[in-house]
Amino acid sequence: MTTTVILVAAVVVVLFAVYVSWRAGRLDRLHIRLETAQAALDAALLRRAAVCLELAGSRILDPATSLVLAAAAHEARTAGPDEREHAESDLSRTLRAVVDQERFREKLAEHPAGTALLEELDTAVAKVVYSRRFYNNAAGVTRTAQRRWLARTLRLAGHTDPPRFFDIDDEPPESLATG
Amino acid sequence: MNVGIVCPYTWEVPGGVQAHIRDLAEALIDDGHKVSVIAPAADDAELPAYVTSAGRAVPVPYNGSVARLAFGFLSANRVRKWIREGGFDVLHVHEPAVPSLGVLACWVARGPIVATFHASYARSRAMSVAAPMLQSALEKITGRIAVSDAARKTLVEHLGGDAVLIPNGVTVRRYAEGEPLPGWGPDGGVIGFLGRMDEPRKGLAVLLEAFALLAPERPGLRLLIAGPGDPDEVLDRVPKPYRDRVGLLGMVSEADKVRAYHSVDVFCAPNLGGESFGIVLTEAMSAGAPILASDIPAFRRVLGEGQAGALFTTGDPAALAREAARLLDDPGRRAKLSDEARQAVWKYDWSTVARDVLRVYETVTHASAGVVEDSLP
Repeated sequence: MTTTVILVAAVVVVLFAVYVSWRAGRLDRLHIRLETAQAALDAALLRRAAVCLELAGSRILDPATSLVLAAAAHEARTAGPDEREHAESDLSRTLRAVVDQERFREKLAEHPAGTALLEELDTAVAKVVYSRRFYNNAAGVTRTAQRRWLARTLRLAGHTDPPRFFDIDDEPPESLATG
Repeated sequence: MNVGIVCPYTWEVPGGVQAHIRDLAEALIDDGHKVSVIAPAADDAELPAYVTSAGRAVPVPYNGSVARLAFGFLSANRVRKWIREGGFDVLHVHEPAVPSLGVLACWVARGPIVATFHASYARSRAMSVAAPMLQSALEKITGRIAVSDAARKTLVEHLGGDAVLIPNGVTVRRYAEGEPLPGWGPDGGVIGFLGRMDEPRKGLAVLLEAFALLAPERPGLRLLIAGPGDPDEVLDRVPKPYRDRVGLLGMVSEADKVRAYHSVDVFCAPNLGGESFGIVLTEAMSAGAPILASDIPAFRRVLGEGQAGALFTTGDPAALAREAARLLDDPGRRAKLSDEARQAVWKYDWSTVARDVLRVYETVTHASAGVVEDSLP
């Protein structure tokens, strides 16, 4: 009788342990995916700011436009973690104001380096949109997984804070929008 | 970049997803990338050099219709081998929520995985049941693409999370030139339709009713209909005196389809909904056919809210008749719509679409070591 009870208890314990380790493994995989997505987002944002600075310094644009663009890009690049979402949104708005000027594309195309720069800008802007979606997806899934009672009770996620969503206005300029 | 693409449906059977993958693969190859596609295929099917067969697909009832799907250990092993030997930088899975090769690929691979969602439906019992079971496979996907707003909405509702929108492409140059079919227009009076005649959602009934309204006043008006279905059933719905003014081509070859687009004065897309994108519309636009379409969201979007084609109230034959009459009486407006359509459709050319997809690849492969076989599960 007691042997049976012990045996059953042992099986339950083993099954529970397997389950817990599976959940922990899943959480671990989600964290890796989140970190990768975050690195990609960070790279995309830095790239966008760099292309904006390059465009501003290219002497293709008029000085006022260059200045506005350079200032916004600089703000975005140097913003601390708390101001970053604001600064990046501001850069998106500035970019829209700059690129959606009348005949902006034609003007740039007249310049030898213009077409290539525009293409680079186009790519950089799209990648911000893509990488932010992918990051927020990863953040959402990870948050849900961390909130499960098992993960909370056993602290499977360690002492990490739940990942934050990255909320910015990343609407591309109208004339760059491809989809 | 070395790309592995997973197709869930039998390669040699014509279908939207297969055509999408073929065009994407060819656009990527043209751009200098290495592409390998794995798809279910019959043993004797002739496959392009870039396609690897995963074996035969089996017809099973799924999600309200019979689908040919590939599943089981044999398929899983073939996918596993393909991934191990492919050395891909990125894996691109199509329709990963369908129980076929896509979900198998997610299961056996680890690394940057991009998924494209094509289908859209209001509510699916199969999806609701499957979602939790698919969870661990779907969680491996790093970047999600939806081909339309409707597909994206379906994805958000059934699986949660979000996706980036990259619409289907069309190979514009394939449709740009074409000889009109003998005996047809454009002569100022031909309205064209292309699609399944017996599928209510395609809206042929609305067009036939509108035709019956217009025909008595316009002796030169004719209807050119191409697509599979029962011709007698269609003619039954046309008043007797006007039946000889309706041309039924049935199922047409790719070449005749192009010619059909060039044989009309107005191309009509009266769809009632459910269309996730409107590939027919972009083909007609590539051919420069003046377009009259129902104002479902997908069409409004493709036609730039009416810039590149006229719109009418969905499902309303009187509105269709009114708009068609206005277009037929105004050659200037038709010419303008045709020009606008040819311009607007470049946004949907495969070269543009492939470039966007490539950007997604680059985003997810940032600092990654590529796709490897997953030792689990």
